[in-house]
Amino acid sequence: MKTFKGRVVSPGKVKAIALVSHGGLNTLASFQKALQFGDKNATCGDQNNAELYGKQMAGKALCLPRTIGSTTGGLVLYCACSMHRQPACMLFSEPIDSLAAAGAILADVWLEDVTMPVIDSLGEEFLNYVKDGMQVYVGEDGTVRIG
Amino acid sequence: MKLTPEQQRILEGTKGKTIAKVMETLVRYGELFGAESMVEITSKYNHLVTSFGLKGLASIYTLFDQLIEEGAVSKQQFSVDPRPMDPNVPSSLLQKLVFKKLMYTKQEEYERQLEQLGILNDKAYTCTCYMDEVGNTPKQGEILSWSESSAVVYANSVLGARCNRNSGIIDLMGSIVGYVPNFGLLTDQGRKAKWIIEIRTSKKPEAQLLGSAIGMKVMEDVPYIIGLDKWLGTLDDQTKTYLKDFGAATASNGAVGLYHVEGITPEAAQQGRALLAEDAKTYAIDDAELQRVYDSYPVIWKKQDAKPKLCFMGCPHMSYEQLITWSRRILKGLKEAKRTKVAIPTVFTAAPQVIARFNETKYSKALKKTGVIVSYICPLMYMNNPLCGSMPVITSSNKLRTYTSARYYTDEEILQQITTGGIKA
Repeated sequence: MKTFKGRVVSPGKVKAIALVSHGGLNTLASFQKALQFGDKNATCGDQNNAELYGKQMAGKALCLPRTIGSTTGGLVLYCACSMHRQPACMLFSEPIDSLAAAGAILADVWLEDVTMPVIDSLGEEFLNYVKDGMQVYVGEDGTVRIG
Repeated sequence: MKLTPEQQRILEGTKGKTIAKVMETLVRYGELFGAESMVEITSKYNHLVTSFGLKGLASIYTLFDQLIEEGAVSKQQFSVDPRPMDPNVPSSLLQKLVFKKLMYTKQEEYERQLEQLGILNDKAYTCTCYMDEVGNTPKQGEILSWSESSAVVYANSVLGARCNRNSGIIDLMGSIVGYVPNFGLLTDQGRKAKWIIEIRTSKKPEAQLLGSAIGMKVMEDVPYIIGLDKWLGTLDDQTKTYLKDFGAATASNGAVGLYHVEGITPEAAQQGRALLAEDAKTYAIDDAELQRVYDSYPVIWKKQDAKPKLCFMGCPHMSYEQLITWSRRILKGLKEAKRTKVAIPTVFTAAPQVIARFNETKYSKALKKTGVIVSYICPLMYMNNPLCGSMPVITSSNKLRTYTSARYYTDEEILQQITTGGIKA
């Protein structure tokens, strides 16, 4: 059991299974199937991300350094949330990037029935420690407990 | 964040609940990045990234309907990224069916929304809105609320305007209230370079490869590039085209929003190495480093040695200068190869207004005879579907390579392939 403390971007409390990407998440490429082709599991469609490609993202504790790619990133994340195909939470090791921040805030401000806790600045050690399949607990204060 | 009385009143709802929520979104967005104030947008026009009526983005259209109904429309007119479909671009029957009936089913409806929200006109669909022919060209120092990574990096770097790498929707929201949070690339400090890039190549580096190498190294940081002016000369049309493609690669292979090229880009020409942050790191690029980056690109075609079925040029959209140069290259290449038609179906993409100018030249008809199609389409949106995953498409765009299964080749290799059908060993 190990605990990390980050900054709360979108508040919330959740328990979920970890899904880890050590590279940046290309939001548009990753959520394409969820948005376009009715994939409720939000299976990652980014062929350039070997760690996530083909894996279910919906309902998982998505652990990552940052998001990358198209500036549609924020609105794609917002749409995934509105369709209830979003990760259970997003946990960033680095300070959040402007695209992921936009998606998290848009969902928090404009969608009433969706909660996706987002924590950033968890540090490099967090991403080195967490592995696929580990149990992750997220607290309201930005505490992330693993194992 | 400290708001002005007017901004505070908007946040408290004096202009309606919806506009208050728009302001709340922008304030929270800015606070995450340490913004202490909101600054007025000073550019004449905005530019938005979302140009496609994807069925899967239904919640965006619902949100836009809400904005329109409550009068929360853009204070500025805007341009927007290219349309995702063009009947002139080769597509199989299945692709046409998927595009029309499954993917872009909301296109017409969405374009009507854009009209209500404030789009400039029905030709304002391009990722290169800053071209003279299009006319959305901000001036140095102007504050923007743009999105579209390739346009943002061009506006910041080549034009000296000030804009963060905004997401879609955030772009429009800035225009609705007239303010953007003051952080990052809007500030003098945020425009300082954390990297010195030394160019040590034996020839002019391929723009798309150089941008890729720098993007992957510096990610979101600002690079200051030394030694490139020797190859570029002055900031003429050819150099602007080079920087357009270079910048798009830095922004898509990394997350660069601003770069300085010593002696070339406006701020570097004016301030020189005063733009360097104190602890700037150095990255030297020579021929071997560019080759290493090129060799690192994965080929994700199902059949690795497949014969290309399509060649896309113009992500971001090509400039007028680029259309002319490439027309000359292709005509010369075909003559040398003793051919009259290109060996691979080829699509050049450009802004509608750039195409109109090109169509007035002698090259337009000559290029058409070779089989090359000139289109206003967004190649990325054309390829952003599972049907294209198994389609061998080639390109010299590093942005298209990054976001799709398209395979990257240098300009010279692309020219050889489309004029002769192969690459010289």
